[in-house]
Amino acid sequence: MSEVMLQLSGIDAFYGRIQALRGVSLDVAPGEIVSLIGANGAGKTTLLMTVCGEPRAATGQILFDGNDITQTPTHEIARAGIAHSPEGRRIFPRMTVQENLLMGSVANPGANQADAFERVFNLFPRLKERRSQRGGTLSGGEQQMLAIARALMSNPKLLLLDEPSLGLAPMIVSQIFQAIKRLNEQEGMTVFLVEQNAYHALRLAHRGFVMVNGVITLTGTGSELLGNAEVQEAYLEGAVKKVADA
Amino acid sequence: MEYFLQQLINGVTLGAIYGLIAIGYTMVYGIIGMINFAHGEIFMIGAFISLISFLILGPSGGAMVPIALLVVLLIAMSLTAVYGWALERIAYRPLRGSPRLAALISAIGMSIILQNYVQLSQGARVKTLQPVIEGGFQLMKAGNFTVVLSYMQIIIVVVTVSLMAVFWTVITKTALGRAQRACEQDRTMAALLGIDVDRTISITFILGAALAAVAGMMVTLYYGVIDFYVGFLAGIKAFTADVLGGIGSIPGAMLGGLLIGLIEAFWSGYFSIEYKDVAAFSILVLVLVFRPSGLLGRPEVEKV
Repeated sequence: MSEVMLQLSGIDAFYGRIQALRGVSLDVAPGEIVSLIGANGAGKTTLLMTVCGEPRAATGQILFDGNDITQTPTHEIARAGIAHSPEGRRIFPRMTVQENLLMGSVANPGANQADAFERVFNLFPRLKERRSQRGGTLSGGEQQMLAIARALMSNPKLLLLDEPSLGLAPMIVSQIFQAIKRLNEQEGMTVFLVEQNAYHALRLAHRGFVMVNGVITLTGTGSELLGNAEVQEAYLEGAVKKVADA
Repeated sequence: MEYFLQQLINGVTLGAIYGLIAIGYTMVYGIIGMINFAHGEIFMIGAFISLISFLILGPSGGAMVPIALLVVLLIAMSLTAVYGWALERIAYRPLRGSPRLAALISAIGMSIILQNYVQLSQGARVKTLQPVIEGGFQLMKAGNFTVVLSYMQIIIVVVTVSLMAVFWTVITKTALGRAQRACEQDRTMAALLGIDVDRTISITFILGAALAAVAGMMVTLYYGVIDFYVGFLAGIKAFTADVLGGIGSIPGAMLGGLLIGLIEAFWSGYFSIEYKDVAAFSILVLVLVFRPSGLLGRPEVEKV
């Protein structure tokens, strides 16, 4: 395994005619949690999707495990070991929880399915209870757990997480962030996390990037960014006040 | 009563055939959201391939009939599947991501091409096949009217029901079926999970064509008469069956096919055979007015 697991250099990407990413370069090392924060519409989701080839990068190069995947078909990127828990969760609404999870193991036919099920049910026991329920009938929090669990079914090398906290109650959010932390600490799972909830995301991350209008403007360790005045002012107002009050 | 029973038997037989064709439409609609207007022609191709295979195998008849049937079935299914695959490759895949109208028109174009291709290569005259399977059970007799359940009708219903059962198992229980349903519900997400979407769509066309080929073979055997134009009306009927059952729903296609078959049989039996198509299409209009998503269809709006 190389020192860098995922490396993006000089990525431009378009969403329709709008340029969503401008010369983005960043990297994720094995075993790391890297967080990308930024306002709504900054291009964070586009960046994650571009890693998977939807949309394709217009310029620049994406290396995964030393291989150039810039032009690799999306399904082969998944089979190479990148799992995605996307924005909006995208659970298959008319499939059961079990079937949704089975879809997650498509990317890695060699993996032991029984082990994979045990692992995700361990992480999110709620899903085990909901096993035969249709995805579309789950609550938002359960759907988020399912989206992460589905991504884990293929035992990926790299887990991409897009806004896992969006629209969820604070208690569920901390449950989900704890699960991510556990995955990383106990299994060495590499995680690339995109979040608007900057406080949580940066506390969890080894390193972080800040994105504004499709450009990476700041980078540093999670705690460096948490302490950065610009970041505090733009993304952490509420959270910092909460810390100060406490 | 006897007359009613006879029409019921005829209607179920016809409905089984429509159902087989209808599944092809509904599957393709489910996965790419478009009506494959060349599907009727795929059915017609299946009928011609069956006819030609029968004529080649013909002399060996007699005790060999069951084997001949099986051989023809396999030949028709596999060759027609190739047509289905090619149709998707030529008329749909290059247009993926373009406006829906473009693919619709290219499908209609393919339908015209296939009709003319068969007309040119096989001639425009009606083709006939000597009955391969004759006879049946006489169920009831009332005066000079006898209710007959022919062996051919039994074969049609048995083959159709077992194929639908196999097919249903594939869709609901296997990895291939899951992949198809996943592409149906969210194609991008399916790709993100490692599903080869193009391949899954190809397989859908192949399966639909193979089922249409079975319908083609059954029609050839049942009526013994086909021409290059049979796909048109059969296609529209099967499409009506889909809309009636709820397009996109496979049980809906089966139910819709059965209903259209019954409506036609009873209308021809009790009212007028000339207006049987009018009856079938009028039902379609009524369903669209009062239940636009079909009998088993899912309403467009759903809670996610």
